Amino acid sequence: MLIFLPVFSELYYIQFASKILIMIIFVSSLNLLVGFTGLVSLGHAAFFGSSGYVLALLSPADTSMNLFVALLASMLCVGVLGAVFGAVVLRTKGIFFIMSTLALGEMLFYFLHDTAFAGGSDGIYIYDRPGFNLFGWWQLDLSNVSHFYYLALILVCLVLMLIKRIMNSPFGRVISGIRVNEHRTKALGYHTYKFKLVCFVIASMIAAISGFLAAVQFGVVNPEMVGWHASGHALMMVILGGKGSLLGPVLGTTTLMLVEEIFQEATKHWQLLTGIVVVLVALFFPNGLVGLKFSKKRSEI
Amino acid sequence: MDAATFFIQTMNGIQYGLLLFLVASGLTLIFGIMGVINIAHGSFYMIGAYLAWSLMGWVGNFWIGLVAGVMVALVLGLLLEWLFIRFLYDRDHLQQVLVTYGLILIFSELRSMIWGDDVHSVPIPELLNGSIQITENLAYPIYRLWLSGVCIVIAVLMFLGIQHTRLGMMIRAGESDREMTKALGINIGLIYRFIFALGITLAAFSGMISAPISSVFPGMGSQVLIVSFVVVVIGGLGSIKGAMIAALSVGLIDTFGKVIHLDIFGINIFPEMSGMSIFALMALILTLRPQGLFGREH
Repeated sequence: MLIFLPVFSELYYIQFASKILIMIIFVSSLNLLVGFTGLVSLGHAAFFGSSGYVLALLSPADTSMNLFVALLASMLCVGVLGAVFGAVVLRTKGIFFIMSTLALGEMLFYFLHDTAFAGGSDGIYIYDRPGFNLFGWWQLDLSNVSHFYYLALILVCLVLMLIKRIMNSPFGRVISGIRVNEHRTKALGYHTYKFKLVCFVIASMIAAISGFLAAVQFGVVNPEMVGWHASGHALMMVILGGKGSLLGPVLGTTTLMLVEEIFQEATKHWQLLTGIVVVLVALFFPNGLVGLKFSKKRSEI
Repeated sequence: MDAATFFIQTMNGIQYGLLLFLVASGLTLIFGIMGVINIAHGSFYMIGAYLAWSLMGWVGNFWIGLVAGVMVALVLGLLLEWLFIRFLYDRDHLQQVLVTYGLILIFSELRSMIWGDDVHSVPIPELLNGSIQITENLAYPIYRLWLSGVCIVIAVLMFLGIQHTRLGMMIRAGESDREMTKALGINIGLIYRFIFALGITLAAFSGMISAPISSVFPGMGSQVLIVSFVVVVIGGLGSIKGAMIAALSVGLIDTFGKVIHLDIFGINIFPEMSGMSIFALMALILTLRPQGLFGREH
């Protein structure tokens, strides 16, 4: 059904579905940190937004870039940023980690907000979206809503497969070990700091994919994309869906974005309703929607 | 920069630092004693400022408005602890972050519904309206001096209260072992409720007294929240002394960052980068001492 969506759906809904797909990638990357490694980051949007900035700064004024070159460049730059940020914040644990990720994310926000080359609070417009030409007989045009939708769908599948692959690998086992008990994992001889850093860089690079797509879709980047409200929003989706599961981010993102869409239709003060939903979910369903499903199954048995 | 300007900037930096201390100490108190991370702390600063604006405009008197505002903040704190926060003591940080994040959304939307989204200003009370002449054309406003004085008095009272009173003793006992304190017949739930309300009131009070020197605007909460997080990270979580030293350094660095013009290879590095200077300090402290200046190993 997802594959045929652009065939029968209206333009607006295809765009909205693409937005959800982009967020799924972003929330999945955050889930890799929060759910699988146990690192609660409140500054993850730094990587989401800066990826868009890399694209905007690299884009030439008159021609469009090769999609894959642009995507790889964004991911690499953000990966380096992730390594630098990670090296600092991973020295802290628990609540300090939350606070320092938030502070570093905001540092980036102020940097992009106050400097002239990044366009200040207005951000930068991307006039020519990157494209891809397959030997001259097929052109991928990302300003075409369906083309964009399919690209996002393929990337979501690839990212989910990649995360599944990572978590089933020996590396993923160590990561899970760190979540459950870091001291024991250390005692087993693993250098946990290095593992966490690699995981942090991977998560930042996956977030870069989503930030790249978001910048291409809207044709503009602005400091709000790195702001901490974007990070908090994604964290809400991780928890709503259920942390530490592959499907959680998919469920959580789709649900929250649909619910918010309904709220926005209903009232100007939709954030109030969102806030109430968040508080109730965090207090009463800490395991999210995935947890709900499992607990039902168990009671049937 | 001549001596008088330097003096005034130093005074401004100290005053800003003291104000930050007031906000950050509420944050560090709530975490240090109750173990709850409250990211809605900045919202209460914002609420305080808006309360000051509406109450002072309504009563027409700064001082009555201030007292009424503090009362409202205290009641709000007690109510919120009873409604939400008391369920969070045994939960992990993630849930605390989410509940308080939800509170931020709720408060910011309520603020928009009650007070609108406009920028307001609060007049300086007549008693403190005036300035001290330093040189012929430089003067220092009395209100800022009064503000610094109030912050210092509160800091001293807080220190004495925690170190030298019976209530302070119970608080410290609750901090080191919650169950044991309960077993000794102390109502720890009540103490926690009081601490939370106190922390909230400190944030709201800072918002109220800073309203006359800065404008009252919707985004002021998250701005101060981020800076107080930096203060807490630098000072060490749960340490009042650390919060004081960190707040003063952050205040001074931020103030001087805005006025110093540093030219490196002909490129003007500061004012554009001044927003980042305190974060750079935080990153430096974290690499050298991950637990903060006065934090315990964790």
